Amino acid sequence: MIDSLALAIVAPLLGAVVVTLFPRHAQRLGVAAAVVSAAAALAITAVVWTDGVLRSELGGWGVPLAITLQADGLSAALLGMASLVALSVSVYAGGYFSSPQDGERLADDSRSRHFWPLWLLLWSALNGLFLAGDLFNLYVTLELLGLSAAALGALTGSREAVEANLRYLLVGLLGSLFYLLGVALIYTAYGVLDIGLLAEVIAPGPVAATAMALMFGGLLLKAALFPMHFWLPPAHANAPAPVSAVLSALVVKAAFYLVLRLWLDLYGPITPLGAANLLGLLGAAAVLWGSWRALRAERLKLLAAYSTVAQMGYLFIGFPLIAATAAGPARDNLIAAIVLLALTHGFAKAGFFLAAGMVQKTAGHDRIDNLGGAAQGLPAAAFTIGLAGVALIGLPPSGTFIAKWILLEQSLILGLWWWVLVMMIGTLLAVGYVFRVLSRAFNREPTPYRFVNDARAEIPALLLGALSALVLGLAAQPLWTLLGQGVIG
Amino acid sequence: MSPDTLLPPAIVLSSLLPGLLIFFLKEKSHRLRTALNLGGAVVKLTLVVWMIKGVYDGHEFEYRWALAPGLELVLSADALSVLFVALSSVLWLVTTVYAIGYLEDSPNRSRFFGFFSICVSATVGIALSGNLLTFVLFYEILTLATYPLVAHRGTPDAAQGAKVYLAYTMSGGAVLLIGAIGLQSLVGPVEFTQGGILGDSAEALRPALIILFFVLLAGLGVKAALVPLHGWLPQAMVAPAPVSALLHAVAVVKAGAFGLIRVVYDVYGVDFAHANGLLFALGILASITIVYGSVKALTQDSLKKRLAYSTVSQVSYIALGASIFGPIATIGGVVHLVHQGVMKITLFFCAGNYAETLGIHKVSEMDGVGRRMPLTSLAFTVGALGMIGVPPVAGFVSKWYLGLGAADSGANWVLIVLVASSLLNAAYFLPILFRAWFRAEPGAWPKEHARRGRLETAGALLWPPVITAVLALTAGLFAAAPFSPLEWAALIAEREYGR
Repeated sequence: MIDSLALAIVAPLLGAVVVTLFPRHAQRLGVAAAVVSAAAALAITAVVWTDGVLRSELGGWGVPLAITLQADGLSAALLGMASLVALSVSVYAGGYFSSPQDGERLADDSRSRHFWPLWLLLWSALNGLFLAGDLFNLYVTLELLGLSAAALGALTGSREAVEANLRYLLVGLLGSLFYLLGVALIYTAYGVLDIGLLAEVIAPGPVAATAMALMFGGLLLKAALFPMHFWLPPAHANAPAPVSAVLSALVVKAAFYLVLRLWLDLYGPITPLGAANLLGLLGAAAVLWGSWRALRAERLKLLAAYSTVAQMGYLFIGFPLIAATAAGPARDNLIAAIVLLALTHGFAKAGFFLAAGMVQKTAGHDRIDNLGGAAQGLPAAAFTIGLAGVALIGLPPSGTFIAKWILLEQSLILGLWWWVLVMMIGTLLAVGYVFRVLSRAFNREPTPYRFVNDARAEIPALLLGALSALVLGLAAQPLWTLLGQGVIG
Repeated sequence: MSPDTLLPPAIVLSSLLPGLLIFFLKEKSHRLRTALNLGGAVVKLTLVVWMIKGVYDGHEFEYRWALAPGLELVLSADALSVLFVALSSVLWLVTTVYAIGYLEDSPNRSRFFGFFSICVSATVGIALSGNLLTFVLFYEILTLATYPLVAHRGTPDAAQGAKVYLAYTMSGGAVLLIGAIGLQSLVGPVEFTQGGILGDSAEALRPALIILFFVLLAGLGVKAALVPLHGWLPQAMVAPAPVSALLHAVAVVKAGAFGLIRVVYDVYGVDFAHANGLLFALGILASITIVYGSVKALTQDSLKKRLAYSTVSQVSYIALGASIFGPIATIGGVVHLVHQGVMKITLFFCAGNYAETLGIHKVSEMDGVGRRMPLTSLAFTVGALGMIGVPPVAGFVSKWYLGLGAADSGANWVLIVLVASSLLNAAYFLPILFRAWFRAEPGAWPKEHARRGRLETAGALLWPPVITAVLALTAGLFAAAPFSPLEWAALIAEREYGR
């Protein structure tokens, strides 16, 4: 019997092989593989939720020789979010690549054929990353993730896209290289790579500090934390809409997940407050700079990409707060809050990009000032952007609202008012850039009103938006239960 | 779960669910949309009547839902929330009828009525909020739901008005959020409690609590249109008439005023607020707003703008009532929440009728309109006289109690404010009435629409203001009857001061 954790990695991988073998049926096979993969991953989330941490050693040798897979509450939470986003993107992509405008059919067909194998490969790497239990396997999945992401991003074949994604590829390689150097340092010093074993032996000192600096440096580059975000906006803005959704919602989130995982399990206890403050400071700069650039962006997808830079910043503002709070319920709430923030942003940004893709397809471009009636003619897409916007701003009843409330309250309790200031300015800037888009949905021209025009594309986007803006805000409590499995409490 | 637990969320959902369904309707399905709208409104009203009876009999209606550890959504009903819920449910029903008539054959009605319903759901949620977190939550949803209504027409003016509205209310919302979180970080979850929760707070917290009061005041003051935070209100006039009616009478400005009452009575407690000089500061701010709004109203030729500045002024009577220490003034302020709503919605309905039927947008175009549209003008007259404070219209009752309360607590300067404001009210309303009834009709109206039927305008437009005008008269004439707004306000004051 195949291991349930391994299944979540193997299912999309197998799917990738199958769609490569039968390119003619890539569309249908791809969606089928997506359904199976999502089901496998969601099953893990459910089991962790009810039964606790899952762990398995592949190869039967036992630690430290075997490949260790492990799913605790944090892995399960991100795995769950990623599967829902990935499933929606797959359904959307099924329609997106098969309904080209006239004359583009040929190009789109080849795009579709390349999309599915790469996308399923990326998904497999992503699940592997969430489940890997040792530092080297993490490196492998990280590298695979970066390669497939850069290839997907260049799918449109336009000059800007290729250029941006070539840069993305190099940055990604550099990032993993730094990470690998850190891992090598750890391995020479301690002789183990399993995170659980390592946590028992690691001690503060120059080795640990250097290793951490290298690993975090590489990961922050991949997570596009200011000022290492320069590669993100062009790469995310020029990819096809479903790819942008994946890159912004999931791929940068994977790097963040790793930072959080290493912080909580390995480095947090042995790192001085200054390092956390530095992360927070960069996060604050990201919030302000990213939001400001989003406000000034001329194109819809560029706006969304800069918004990602800003939203990643909020996640890092959590670190100094966590570091300054003593272990206990308050600290647990902070950890849950930044995970909630990451999940909400995942759903929201994926929904945003998918909806933006619809608008772009209808209008033929995505210049915000010239959108005309395109947004008004697609009520479902406009509504999705609205819901996602609610989550990006942090208005109730989105998950972001709950998360920000917790972060703000703890900042005030600790007397760290400057984080409050940054978060509120970021929030107001987000109001500006979200409503810059939404205001285009109100025009004089009367439009034939049909709420849903292309169900296959609009319903997944709408559901993602609703998840971020309604479900995660009103029903966040289960996240605490889930994280209670091995992460908090 | 007992019915008593589920009643508050049911009241919120009774308009929310129809609203969400309406979004998915085709533009043509006029009947189904009307059925959903009116059905929701009637169901809500029925549930509210049930709740009024329950609260009067001393039932506890409370629904709790954990959002996260330490963060709870609480919907509950006390006398004050029931007053606001009843006001918004009744006026929503009337406004829905009016809006259906007003927007006949205009585009994007499904979108309009969808947000319209969310807007009312949020207002009811605000009324039923049992703690500050829930209040903030619905307060922000209200902002979101009203933006599309203000921007609805899609003209450059509408876009500009909506933008200004958004800038003001979102900033106010952010300030309110900080205030709410700040308070929670000091004293834990803030549940609305009669008599306040800060009465026995530590002496050391006092300066922080006082600062937070002003933070909350600034946050709420934007929607309550306290000077100098009122700038959005006259600009939001570009919205369709039913939206203006709702904004001014029930939803947005009322949400701000209601929040002020909650913060003064049920968070800080009137004793704490009085002892620390917070009431006095609020009173000064309210008085400035009352006089300033009236003075600005004098010079407006645009009818809707004149009414908008009148709202700025009149809504602050509510804050004024809250700022005077003593139960009689509290009665005046709280009852004005209802009275102002009924009177102002009448005035806006009438303004909409003039614009829709005859193309009249300016005061200077209103000569002789009383003969052309007698019922509308009669309703307008009732509303205007009520605003001035002429008995027996409801506005008189509010002013009487405010004045009596001020004299009773020795705040004689408030009487000057009241007299000055009433004179100003007369100065900007009486000329309109004079034009309407005593000037000769012009040769042609600015843009007259063809008559349909025997009535002066479409029935769906005519009857709502007539009904609300009758309500305004009834609330004044039968103020002493059981279950009148005044009696209910007295019940609230009694419970707030009942130590």
